[in-house]
Amino acid sequence: MKYKVNEKGYYGDFGGAYIPEMLYPNVEELRQNYLKIIDDVDFQKEFHQLLKDYVGRPSPLYLAKRYSQKYGANIFLKREDLNHTGAHKINNTIGQILLAERLGKKRIIAETGAGQHGVATATVCALRGLECVVYMGEVDIQRQAPNVARMKMLGAKVVAATSGSKTLKDATNEAMRDWINNPVDTHYIIGSVVGPHPYPDMVAIFQSIISEETKKQLLEQTGSDKPDYVLACVGGGSNAMGMFYHFMDDEEVKLIAVEAAGKGVSSGLSAATTYLGKEGVLHGSRSILMQTEDGQVVEPHSVSAGLDYPGIGPQHAHLFKTGRGQYVSITDDESLEAGLLCTQLEGIIPAIESAHALAYLEKMEFKGGENVVVCLSGRGDKDLETYIKYFNL
Amino acid sequence: MNRIKELFEKKKNILSIYYTAGYPNLGDTVQIAEALEKSGADILEIGFPYSDPVADGPVIQASSKQSLDQGMTLKVLFEQLKDLRKNVTIPVLLMGYVNPVLQFGVENFCKACAEVGVDGCIVPDLPMVEYEEFYKDCFESHNLCNIFLITPQTAEERIHKIDSLTNGFIYLLSSSATTGKNLEVGNTTEDYFARIKGLNLKNPTMIGFGISDKQTFDKACEYANGAIIGTAFVKAIADGNLEESVEGFMKKFRG
Repeated sequence: MKYKVNEKGYYGDFGGAYIPEMLYPNVEELRQNYLKIIDDVDFQKEFHQLLKDYVGRPSPLYLAKRYSQKYGANIFLKREDLNHTGAHKINNTIGQILLAERLGKKRIIAETGAGQHGVATATVCALRGLECVVYMGEVDIQRQAPNVARMKMLGAKVVAATSGSKTLKDATNEAMRDWINNPVDTHYIIGSVVGPHPYPDMVAIFQSIISEETKKQLLEQTGSDKPDYVLACVGGGSNAMGMFYHFMDDEEVKLIAVEAAGKGVSSGLSAATTYLGKEGVLHGSRSILMQTEDGQVVEPHSVSAGLDYPGIGPQHAHLFKTGRGQYVSITDDESLEAGLLCTQLEGIIPAIESAHALAYLEKMEFKGGENVVVCLSGRGDKDLETYIKYFNL
Repeated sequence: MNRIKELFEKKKNILSIYYTAGYPNLGDTVQIAEALEKSGADILEIGFPYSDPVADGPVIQASSKQSLDQGMTLKVLFEQLKDLRKNVTIPVLLMGYVNPVLQFGVENFCKACAEVGVDGCIVPDLPMVEYEEFYKDCFESHNLCNIFLITPQTAEERIHKIDSLTNGFIYLLSSSATTGKNLEVGNTTEDYFARIKGLNLKNPTMIGFGISDKQTFDKACEYANGAIIGTAFVKAIADGNLEESVEGFMKKFRG
């Protein structure tokens, strides 16, 4: 349990709850109750029932034959793209909406980048009949139009964040402001393993279903529940944390986290946080973030809205600093090429976020026969316009 | 020597004004301080801007952005404040978010505050536990007060803990809100103010958030040692002659 959160809410040097007093009662209420609620038998029953019947879990672990041939290793894709709403995000929103109900909350707010978390939140709010407000950067609203339409159809109010770079960071700021102004009846469903403690731990627990299933599926398919490598993309890092969770304590399993290099790590248009960032505080926790010498947060860039974030979750910062995880980055161009390759080799159009993880396969060297699991965190329907434009299809 | 303590001992109905350093122009910081003292302010809260001010509403966000765009940093601010104590004698607090302080270095920050004659700080996203464990000694060895916020939702036990940790005043938020919301004093707000008054805290209290005119200021003074005005002042100095704007604004309260 070396990499899990301690009783003070920290992962090594990272984590904590750096929040203004206005948020303290809400966050403290969560901190005192989240484990109690999650461990409750009825909660577990309802959570797993919904994951099975509503989300469609377990998601398949698919041995991608043509990929495997190409790279000379056994490449398995964990098919989170096949979940209801098209990404891993719904694992967390199902968990948090059940938790919010048990805390007596009547109103749900969320931030979203690519719109996947917003859609997943709007979906569970429709399912449970709760009011839903989603904050989304103005730029992201433009580039993720289909997801905006889905949220509206699901009954959510989509509010544009118009400050800063008008992307995920700014949407998160607006959601936090909403929570400050609505301190009693509202639950904030954070979509990634970021935010003040206990959010990073809570979201990681809900997403850990990804590695829990992967272990079982690997055992069935290969006779061993232990892969050589697991790969996932990292914006804030929720699919990666879900993918790493049950492998973290086994040091023989190599964890590879793929960040978005944007137009290149030295281009000034990048979201490669561990490469460009320094330790500091962002959105309520101590972590690694891209910032100026004066401690102002730097605007990130990535073609992928879900990775367009200047920080990473505190647990990732810990995995990075201790060397337990290898943090690498992939450019916009490389990710789009990888997305097309996946489509043509395996007949799967991946989200551009997930395509970052796939793109790193190209840079790895295999002896032959290694078992490699890539988290295919989402499907690419929302990204068609970007793909079409880029490849002149 | 403690200017804050002295002030609360001798004065009632204390008026504290917040403004963003480096706004409307980068070089205005000290000039505003001087103008405010001249026109009757009792305490100054000088905001050092941050790119992601989650506890602030649109007005202070915009002033922070403009200040940053004009080149404000903590380094620049401390350089400007070297002249602060030439003409300013009232207590001065610095207010801002924790990340710039971390990057500047907590020790360096405290030292720089003491050198230019700053009396204390308000860092809303610095948690009490972390303050107690890692910052308190440093703050106290430089004679800096650390001011904490409480809201209507803050539990009584926590209020007493805050009272024991600070030695300036306690910043009473009229409601849980981002800055710039109007104060609607209803029965629940008055109950809350009265409840806090009844706790007999060792520290004085100042009411902030939503104070914008003489009426709301007087109301706040019924329950606390004074009140804090931020957004309304920042709005008032957005354009026009700076000294006239400051004087005109202050006349409403100190007429």
